[in-house]
Amino acid sequence: MQLINQHTKAIMEGCKERALDAGLSFQSETLEYIVTNRDLIELSPKIMIPTLYDYWVHDVEVLKEKGKYELYPGNPYETVINTRPAISFYNDNNPDWLNVMIFYHVLGHIDFFQNNHFFRNTWDMDFTGEALSDKRVIARLRSEHGRWVDYIIEFARSIDNLVGYYDELKTLDDGIEKSCSERLNYYFDVFLQLEKHTTISGYVNEVNRYNELKNELGEEGEPSFFAEIRRKHPEFDAKYKIYRNKSKDQSLDLVQHIMTHSVFLNQEENTWMKSIIEIVRKTSLFFQPQIRTKILNEGWASYWHEKLFLKDDRINGHEVDFARVHAGVTSMPRVGLNPYALGLRLFYEIEERADKGRFGLDFDRMTNIHSRKDYDIKAGAGIETLFKIRREYSDFLFINQYVDQDFLSRYNLFVAGKRLNNQRMTWEYYVKSRKAKDYRKMLFESLYHPPRILIDTYTADDNQLRLIHKFEGKPLVREYIASALLGIEFLWGDTVSLETNQAEIKTPLRATDASTGPTPPPDIKWRRIRYTMKDRKLSKTTLG
Amino acid sequence: MQADKDTSNKEEEELSPEQSAIRNQEKNFEGCHEITMTPDIEMESTSDQLYSNNDLNVLQNITLTPSPLLWLKSLDELLERDKRRQEDGFPRKIHIGRLVRPGKSGEQKVVVVPSTVEEKLMHDRIRPQDDESEGSGGAGDGEEGEVIGEQPVRQQGEGQGGAGQGKGGEHEAGSDAYELGKILTEKFKLPNLKEKGKKRSLTRFTYDLTDRNRGTGQILDKKATLRKIITTNIALGRLKITEPPDPTRFLVAPQDKVYRILSREKDYESQAMVFFVRDYSGSMSGNPTKLIVTQHVLIYSWLLYQYANQVETRFILHDVEAKEVEDFYTYYNTNVAGGTQVSAAYKLVNKIVNDENLAKDYNIYVFHGTDGDDWDAEGKETIPELKKLLTYINRIGVTIARPGYARGRESEVQKYLDKSGLLKDAAHLLRMDVLEDDSDEERIIESIRRLIGEG
Repeated sequence: MQLINQHTKAIMEGCKERALDAGLSFQSETLEYIVTNRDLIELSPKIMIPTLYDYWVHDVEVLKEKGKYELYPGNPYETVINTRPAISFYNDNNPDWLNVMIFYHVLGHIDFFQNNHFFRNTWDMDFTGEALSDKRVIARLRSEHGRWVDYIIEFARSIDNLVGYYDELKTLDDGIEKSCSERLNYYFDVFLQLEKHTTISGYVNEVNRYNELKNELGEEGEPSFFAEIRRKHPEFDAKYKIYRNKSKDQSLDLVQHIMTHSVFLNQEENTWMKSIIEIVRKTSLFFQPQIRTKILNEGWASYWHEKLFLKDDRINGHEVDFARVHAGVTSMPRVGLNPYALGLRLFYEIEERADKGRFGLDFDRMTNIHSRKDYDIKAGAGIETLFKIRREYSDFLFINQYVDQDFLSRYNLFVAGKRLNNQRMTWEYYVKSRKAKDYRKMLFESLYHPPRILIDTYTADDNQLRLIHKFEGKPLVREYIASALLGIEFLWGDTVSLETNQAEIKTPLRATDASTGPTPPPDIKWRRIRYTMKDRKLSKTTLG
Repeated sequence: MQADKDTSNKEEEELSPEQSAIRNQEKNFEGCHEITMTPDIEMESTSDQLYSNNDLNVLQNITLTPSPLLWLKSLDELLERDKRRQEDGFPRKIHIGRLVRPGKSGEQKVVVVPSTVEEKLMHDRIRPQDDESEGSGGAGDGEEGEVIGEQPVRQQGEGQGGAGQGKGGEHEAGSDAYELGKILTEKFKLPNLKEKGKKRSLTRFTYDLTDRNRGTGQILDKKATLRKIITTNIALGRLKITEPPDPTRFLVAPQDKVYRILSREKDYESQAMVFFVRDYSGSMSGNPTKLIVTQHVLIYSWLLYQYANQVETRFILHDVEAKEVEDFYTYYNTNVAGGTQVSAAYKLVNKIVNDENLAKDYNIYVFHGTDGDDWDAEGKETIPELKKLLTYINRIGVTIARPGYARGRESEVQKYLDKSGLLKDAAHLLRMDVLEDDSDEERIIESIRRLIGEG
């Protein structure tokens, strides 16, 4: 790996100036490296983080045929990594005009990393530095504990997709003003509703009383509000305290829960394992925002590389070269998904609508298709809206809010299906649906979504760790359950059980004459199953 | 993108004769091109498409998966580690014999690499084989329900779709497969054929006094020498046809003496002929096919090692009809067709062996993989064909890979094989093993042991 030459660096600096002028914001320092194939062999298993810890699985081809995207860390390969300073990688023979385009794309990503709130947890550190110190910790432990270090890494990684990423985000000061205190939230959301079962009018009265006090006394409003409550409900403070302790414990994710409560890990001679688990957890958390903003991030970077490249006066004469590469990157495939293309079109669409003032009640109420088409109140809110999205959205929110029927119709999008034609012995691709609802559903299905595994802390009398999979219509990969539970059992040091759903599929018997008609869809019946891992042996009971 | 740039520069500089021919053809072409649509989403799910695109790849044409062969360097170490795992009480984790097909464009290769899976609690699709019902993204014209493109199910042959895909590469299986066979024999302790004392010797060479040498050697070949002397003397005019021969007048040149010398000869008898027979009927799609193919790769590799590359292989696919395909690549890649008739396959094997008179010169092995369905539910046609097979083969191993939905139900093939009593009567020749849908590598290797083991 070596830094790009001064000539190219000067081009990059020029790109930065233009990007900052256009409204992007990022730290001015960046590092650009030329990578050779040899570098890539070492970098790619480490997800382009040069200082990531060593682990033997990195030396093996990791099979990905099953739910590749579900696997840690979900392949968030980028030309640029989210570090401070941001580091990006290049071929050594890119022509200048291509580098200009890539630089703008990279700057789009850097701007996104450093401003989108889903990346809040990565803002206060330089991951390459942290990873380096982690790598040293692991190397040192390996010299003391040998292969057991790798077992701990393996077991920790078997649950590192279950880290509480959103819980982590919740605890961070994200710069967005909190509207009310935690105590106030507890009072209105939990205490009044769940403890006191207050009537609606009683609830509204309390809201009014609070607002009046707040208006009257300002800062002093809240204390006097609670003074009144304490008089009326002397138990309030005690209850609030209990609630807080409990919720603090509940917000522990599985990895943290094991680290805090495992008797095994907290034995003097085993505490070293906890540092490894923490490293694995931290690494996973670092990649979580990236995998949740793929469409948005690529759309954003593509939007800016196009816009800024075309305005750049230094590359006159390469418009056609650019057009060719750009079209290759951002064309919508006839069948298939391209995050660059989808994201870019969404940004275009949103910019245009916001410019014309089409987000709002007036437009929504309009039913006449012609007046909708011509609607333009010159609101000019386009770029502002895009920056808001870049700051506050993830892929899910982005798709959920903006992939609508108008968008689909405009870009001629549809859900493609694939089916077997028995007569012709071919796979047929066909237009399955042009409804926005179906298209969104198809996109949601494709988005990264780890299962939600809860910890049952209520029935615990013994030292068993009871995990409950919150079923969302999809089963867990059955072949992996045994291994994952084995790892958890090792870390927990005692019996572990997992409750989940499993499909019982009844395929209607195939007619002997296979050529007639489509096979009817199999009948799926969900059964609740409990797996128990005890002494490295897995058993299974059906719960119903 | 690099490639694009390169070609654009080169185009101006030089064109190969074929390229310019194509260009001229295009220049003079009147009419319109019909673009055949073969969407390339066969193997990828939508989420893979969404997340596997990345900047390095898309913008700079940098691929992130270097040849898996590079990983082979640390194989010994990995296997050692795997052994330790077992000693430490954890299941093994290195899988071997997976086939990866790298390379986005053009020729794909069959490569054998060590691989592993990071097992986590994560979501699965509801049904493993529901590719056809899962939607993907699409853009462009077309009414709802309209077919916008199609792709032949059988990839090879005349169809325009995947034509050419199977070309090249199939020989790649060879060298790696040999390595794999070695590993299998050593790591998984598969039986060693040579020690089994088969009827025919398995050594590759014999030593015999077959070569002749003039002048010097180990044993004088008198007859050949005499013939030589006579020829010489006729030439010299010392032997006249009209007169009776007078041996005392003969001149004997040193070069006339013909000796026999010891030499190494190839022993053709030691070769093995393996028939891989695979059911590729509609019901085989998904896991059963994967299991069978994986197992056959492993067996193929193991035999290759055992017979020190002296293995010839034949590949037969069958649904209701059987056909021979030319290479492992086609055998491996050909997909799902119609119904099932096991007898057709055995009939074809019998025919090939008979027509080419193979039984005389070869150790013949047949490995048959199926999901166990057979329209000939009683085995009325299959059993007689099978009996014919048993007269000359060394071993037939039948693997029945049951699809998930048929868990626990006995298949037709299983039933009639049991009923025929052949499994007991000809246990040294015929073996059967049933694999469940979710069998892992370990189980597949266990199954190989059952198919080829002695006991």
